[in-house]
Order: sequence, then structure tokens, then C-alpha cells
Amino acid sequence: MFSDLVQHLVNGLVMGAVVALPALGLTLIFSVLGFINFSIAAQMTVGAYGGWLVNTHLHWPLVPVLVAAFALAGLVGVVGDRLALVPMRRKISAHTPLMVAIVSIALNLALENALRFGFGSDLNSFEMPIARDVQFAGIRVGPQQVHNLGIALAIAVVLAAFFTVTRVGKAMRAVADNADLARLKGIDPTRLSNLATFIGMGLAGIGGALLAIDTSVDPSTGSRLLLIIFSASVLGGLTSLTGAVLGALLIGMVSEVSLLVISPVYQSATAFAAILLVLLIRPSGLFAGASGVRK
Amino acid sequence: MTSYLVFMATLAGIYALLSLGLVTIWGQGGMVNLGLVGFYAVGAYASALLSNAGIPIGISLMCAALMAGAVGVVLSYLTRPLRGDYLAIVSLGFAEVIRLVATNEKWLTGGSDGLSGIRSPLKAELGAIHPWFYLLLVWAIVAAAAFGLVRLFRSPYGRALRAVRDDEQVAAVAGKPVLQLKLKTFFVGAALSGLAGGIYAHLTSYIAPDGFVPLLTIYIFLAATAGGYTRVVGALAGSLAVVALLESTRFIAAVIPGLTAVQVASLRELVIAVSLIVIMQLKPEGVFQSVNQKALAAPASRRESGKTTSEPDAGSTPLASHA
Repeated sequence: MFSDLVQHLVNGLVMGAVVALPALGLTLIFSVLGFINFSIAAQMTVGAYGGWLVNTHLHWPLVPVLVAAFALAGLVGVVGDRLALVPMRRKISAHTPLMVAIVSIALNLALENALRFGFGSDLNSFEMPIARDVQFAGIRVGPQQVHNLGIALAIAVVLAAFFTVTRVGKAMRAVADNADLARLKGIDPTRLSNLATFIGMGLAGIGGALLAIDTSVDPSTGSRLLLIIFSASVLGGLTSLTGAVLGALLIGMVSEVSLLVISPVYQSATAFAAILLVLLIRPSGLFAGASGVRK
Repeated sequence: MTSYLVFMATLAGIYALLSLGLVTIWGQGGMVNLGLVGFYAVGAYASALLSNAGIPIGISLMCAALMAGAVGVVLSYLTRPLRGDYLAIVSLGFAEVIRLVATNEKWLTGGSDGLSGIRSPLKAELGAIHPWFYLLLVWAIVAAAAFGLVRLFRSPYGRALRAVRDDEQVAAVAGKPVLQLKLKTFFVGAALSGLAGGIYAHLTSYIAPDGFVPLLTIYIFLAATAGGYTRVVGALAGSLAVVALLESTRFIAAVIPGLTAVQVASLRELVIAVSLIVIMQLKPEGVFQSVNQKALAAPASRRESGKTTSEPDAGSTPLASHA
């Protein structure tokens, strides 16, 4: 029983680490641009397909695959943003963020179906060297899962450094904190929004590729995780990057451990329950005060 | 062919009810309900189960509407202190959970096999003309709902509601009960969606989780925006247009050679998604724009203009919090 629990905790940690990447992207875009971009789910799938293509056709190994996933998802993200969402954002009204969110859902649907049109609905696996699971005191972990955990955490650290050390990162935090004030200081909001979208969507792309390497990719790979990504971000208060990572790890572990008591089909329902619970108890997020894009 | 057209016209009526629900919650109330299909499913299953248990169809439809409305009130109450984005996320998640429950609670919903043998009013008595009767019945309900909503939106309640939509703080300062208005509105909109679900269940006599996918919510958003998402007449026209678009793409896609079934299906959804993006960009007010109302009474109600875009001051920063 105890080793079961630990096994679920480990699985949850690994899943949470992968979910943390799109959750970071969602939080970053929400902080800097001020709206919820539902197309983050489809961008995960875009990244996964990008990685899959260069892996199976060009036989690229893990790290270049992830770079390709990042670049492709980021690029598609910026193009989609400029084509679909920027014209909406120009309309200034109190309802603009919600209108943009609705259009981003349509964008999500469009991307998902463009992928389905191109690749069909089949499951596609990566060509990665198969390695034996690591066993330790009765706990089994796949080497790919260890990789996923390590890569996701490394990216989170790099991102944290980017926001605290670099000039662009600080500028981004300034825009997130107060867009008008940042503009007065000579920060170009358009360039920064593009950069935030590129990084955010690219992170989602890496998350999608990592997930797909561990399992497989099909056009709904990302959409299936939408609720979990959002609950990770909401747990973190929607504007805190650290909160998003902690939220993702927590929701990953909670939803895995919940398998001990509920049927696996309800795993994503735990994400919904977590959102409701946080809204009831602490709407500003469980880790409010944790530093991030906005303090 | 006639029976196909009659079925589609009936379905358009059901979409019209859903669009009316969306116009109420989103167009007039300013709240984003991305879980429309969840309320629709709640209504469908509630009415199907109740009528299968022997309760008259009229009463089970009413119960379905009440149940969906009650769920809507709970969800909007939970997200009350937060930005509208949270309601969007919660309602989206709600619809997903409803579909999970419908798929997995076999004892109640029949699981993925669904519920079959749902009764339809006067089916045995009317025989061949039953589809026509049902068509008229559905559109009569739509007409009644539309008439009721038009009256409601013109009433002082409707004006107060639009004031809340356009600026909650100003409305609260003017003494409007903001929370109560929002909850009531969500109730009406969710109840209409539930009613639509019940009517759908009794139309097809068979419901399954496959019928309640998130895509339907997108269809209804397209219907509402195509016609003008603040207008009752827009919802009606938009639903007819969306059903026509959906069905015509079915035929057109079949004509293009060399496409697999999956490609045809994805192409249709792509067309729907792109249409929604384009309409939202070009003309979010839709074909039937809301007419600016003249301020009739006290200056307190000066924010009556139906257009949301007539608010240059609010939200000039995208991060403006309305919490």
C-alpha cells in the first residue's frame, strides 16, 4: 500500500513536470497579454507533431527534437496570435479579454483540425531508444520519465533566470505588472507580447513533445490535458510562474494519488474539483506571494 | 428528403434555444459560458431519465430546465468575486465533467451506449405527422422564449443587466444588485440550454455522451455571433444559418474527391472554427446590431447603449482587474 502510494506520487511528479511547461506558457501569456489563450492545448500538439516529424524522418535525438518542438510551436503560436487574436485585441473595451479568449478557443479548434486533416487521427510514436525501467525499492520509473522530470525542471530554472537576470525578462515583468507604466518607460509592448507568445507557446510545444515521447501523439494530445493545465495555472493564481510550476506538480500528484480511490476515468475530474476547491478557499492561488512574472 | 429537412429545421429550433441561452448570459449579461453543452447535457439526461421513470414529458422538461438553471447558479456563484476568465474556465471544465459522468455512470446514464427508447409526446397518436408536430412545437417554444426574453431585456431588469455588463462598479454605485442580477441571468440562460437538451432527447429518442461534445458549444457561439450576440432575433437567424452551413459543408465535402472520412470531418470543423474567428474579428455585433437606446428616464441609466464597444474608458489596460 505504501509503495503504491509512493509509486503514484512519483508518477504524479513526472506528469506534473510535463504539465508545468504548458501551464508556465499559459501563465506567462496571461500575465503579459491579459487574456486566457485556450489555444495553448493545440500548440502542445503542434510541438509534439513537429518533434515527431524531425525524429522519425530526420532521426534527430532528444534535445534537438525538443528545440524543434519549441521553435515550431512558438512560431505557429505567434502567427496564430497575429492572424486571429491581435485584430480582436485592438478593440478596446471591458470585454476584450473575454472576446479574445473565445476566439482563442476557435483558434484551438482550427489548429487541432488542421493537424487532423494533415496527419489523420492515428496515434504516432517516436523512435527513441527503449530502455529498461529503473527499479528502486519497489518503485518503477521509466528513463524517459526521469528525463522528462529533469528537462522540465531545468527549463523552469532557465526561465526563472531569464526573468530575474535579463533585461528583456525584466521588461516582460514590467509589462505584466503595469502595461501603461511600462510603455511610458519606453518598453515596446508589441515586441514583448510577441516574445511572450513565442516563449509561452514554445514551452507548450516542449511539453507536448515530452508527453508524446513518453506515450504517443495524435491531434487531441494537447486538448485532453486542457483542464489539468488550467487547474495548474489556477492553483498558482494565474499570474505567478512559480505558482504555475508548483500548481502543476501538486495537481499531477493529486490526480495520480486519487487513482487509489477513484476510477481512472475520473482523473481529469480531479483537476476540475481542484479548481473549484481553490476558488472556494483561496481564489488568488495557493502560492500567492510566490514570486513570478508578477509578485 | 422532406423528413431530413423537417429534422434539420427542428434541430435549428433546438440550436435557437441554446443560442437564446447564450445571448442571455453572454450578450446581455456579459458572462462567458463555455460549458453550454454541459447544461444542454444535464437537461437532456434529466428529462430523458424522468420521462423514462413515467413522469409526464411536459413536467420532466420543466424539471430539466430547472435543474440546469440551478447548476448554472451554483457555478456562477462560485466564481462571483473573480474575473470573468474564471467563469469561462470553470464552465468549460464543468461540461467536460458532465461528459465523463455520462460516459462512466452506467447505472444512471447507460454509459457510452447511451439511453434509448425516450418517449416523445403524442408519437403513437400522430403517426406519420409527428415530426411536423414536433417541429411546430419546438418553434412554438422558441417563439415563446424569444418573446419572453425580448420583454425581459426591455424591462427595467434588462436595462440594469446591461448596465452591469458594461460596468459592474458603476451599476453597483447606482444601487443595482449586481450579484443577484448575474445569478438570475445565468439561471435563465442555463435553464434555456437545459430545456433545449430535454427537447433534443425527446426528438431523437436516443442520447449518448457523443452528442454532447465541446464542439457544440462552438457551433452555438458561431450562431450567436453570426446573428449578433446581444440580440434575440440574431440568435434565431444565426441558428438557422449555422445549421444550413453545417449541413451544406456535409454535402460539399462529400463532393471533393480523394478525401478520407477523417479529413472531411476535420475540414468541416475547420470551416466552423475559421468562420467564428472571422466573424468575431469583422463584426462581433453580427448581422443584427443592437440599436442604441435613447436614454428615456433618469441620467443614472445613461449606460443603456447596447454596444459593448461604446466604452472607451473601461479596460484600457488589459490587466484591469474587475475583482
